[in-house]
Amino acid sequence: MILAVASGKGGTGKTTVSANLARALEEKTQLLDCDVEEPNAHLFLHGKKLDSTTINIAVPKVDASICTGCNACGTFCEYSAIISFGKAPILFPEMCHGCGGCMKVCPQHAITESEKRIGTVETFQSENITLVHGRIDVGVAMAPPLINAVKKCIGSDMPAILDAPPGTSCPVITTLRKVDYVLLVTEPTPFGLHDLSLAVDMVRELSIPFSVIVNRVGIGDERVHTFCQQEDIPIIMEIPDDRRIAEAYSRGELMVDALPEYKKLFQDLFEKIKKEIQVNAPALN
Amino acid sequence: MKIAFTVSGDTLEAPLDSRFGRAPKFLVYDLDNASFEIVDNEQNLNAAQGAGIQSAQKVVETGSTAVVTGHCGPNAFRALNAASVKIYTSEASTVAEALALYRDGKLSEAGGSDVEGHWV
Repeated sequence: MILAVASGKGGTGKTTVSANLARALEEKTQLLDCDVEEPNAHLFLHGKKLDSTTINIAVPKVDASICTGCNACGTFCEYSAIISFGKAPILFPEMCHGCGGCMKVCPQHAITESEKRIGTVETFQSENITLVHGRIDVGVAMAPPLINAVKKCIGSDMPAILDAPPGTSCPVITTLRKVDYVLLVTEPTPFGLHDLSLAVDMVRELSIPFSVIVNRVGIGDERVHTFCQQEDIPIIMEIPDDRRIAEAYSRGELMVDALPEYKKLFQDLFEKIKKEIQVNAPALN
Repeated sequence: MKIAFTVSGDTLEAPLDSRFGRAPKFLVYDLDNASFEIVDNEQNLNAAQGAGIQSAQKVVETGSTAVVTGHCGPNAFRALNAASVKIYTSEASTVAEALALYRDGKLSEAGGSDVEGHWV
């Protein structure tokens, strides 16, 4: 089972939910921190690093001696990473998404691959959790290829929990592709509601079954609950606004370790998700 | 010879836009017959990335061999240079004013980009 934890708004508790759920399962579980621009799950797991792999993308290299300056490459490239004005093209490697399209469309076969490093993928072990995270290099503005490298580590023999980046743009879409279920974490505030509604539109567009977790229940107002009721979205879990949770968090401790009474909340969550996936399964086939 | 001015309006009296990549429009002035046309650049105004490069491409498509703008970022500079388009930066308030300065030879050619990408 591949489960993603996303949100519209940042700071609503995606990492809190994904790391605590992974720990509460007590069975071997993979946690994949897909927020490669600022991975943070490792701060709560204190795991031992097992592996670190450099991730490159294929950027074009042009043989100017056989280029005719036809600009087939520039016309193809959606990101203006390569462009020709009647002579050998100029390259903007930082814009390149590494799709390899320019190499395929070049009638002269003048374009070959060269590698550009974008970051690393690291693996840690912390008790029952195998944590995989991506760490993008400073100055690299393109997260999706690195997120895909993190997702390649998903194994089939244990549940995988993906901690998504915030927002609703490319890095989040990349994270959510091909997952079985999405948990949208929000907080009961006007900002939480606004960004939740964007995230709901996104997962509906992607046709992935989902439900909502409301974190810090007790602050804000009732509008998130009203919205979910009106939109017929199940609220699968509520986490109270408990000062002790914040205190544990500030010490870099997991809620389920510091406050074992919350462990069952996460175990129940997992059982409910399993049921939801079974209910939704016929619709997916 | 044609010159592309970055503008936010449709006339010679329109303000010279200080941005190149994210200029809303280009006023393409033809020195040979003293006429001009307006080329929309709205698409690049809202581009997440690559606005400078795509604006440069648009300028090249108009047949312009010079650009007059407020500031020019590094990618736009490289692209315009590759297309042999001259780049002039000016603080003139209107296109007409910038055009007069150009005609008087008072605009100097930019030797490099003068702002970082995504500067506004």
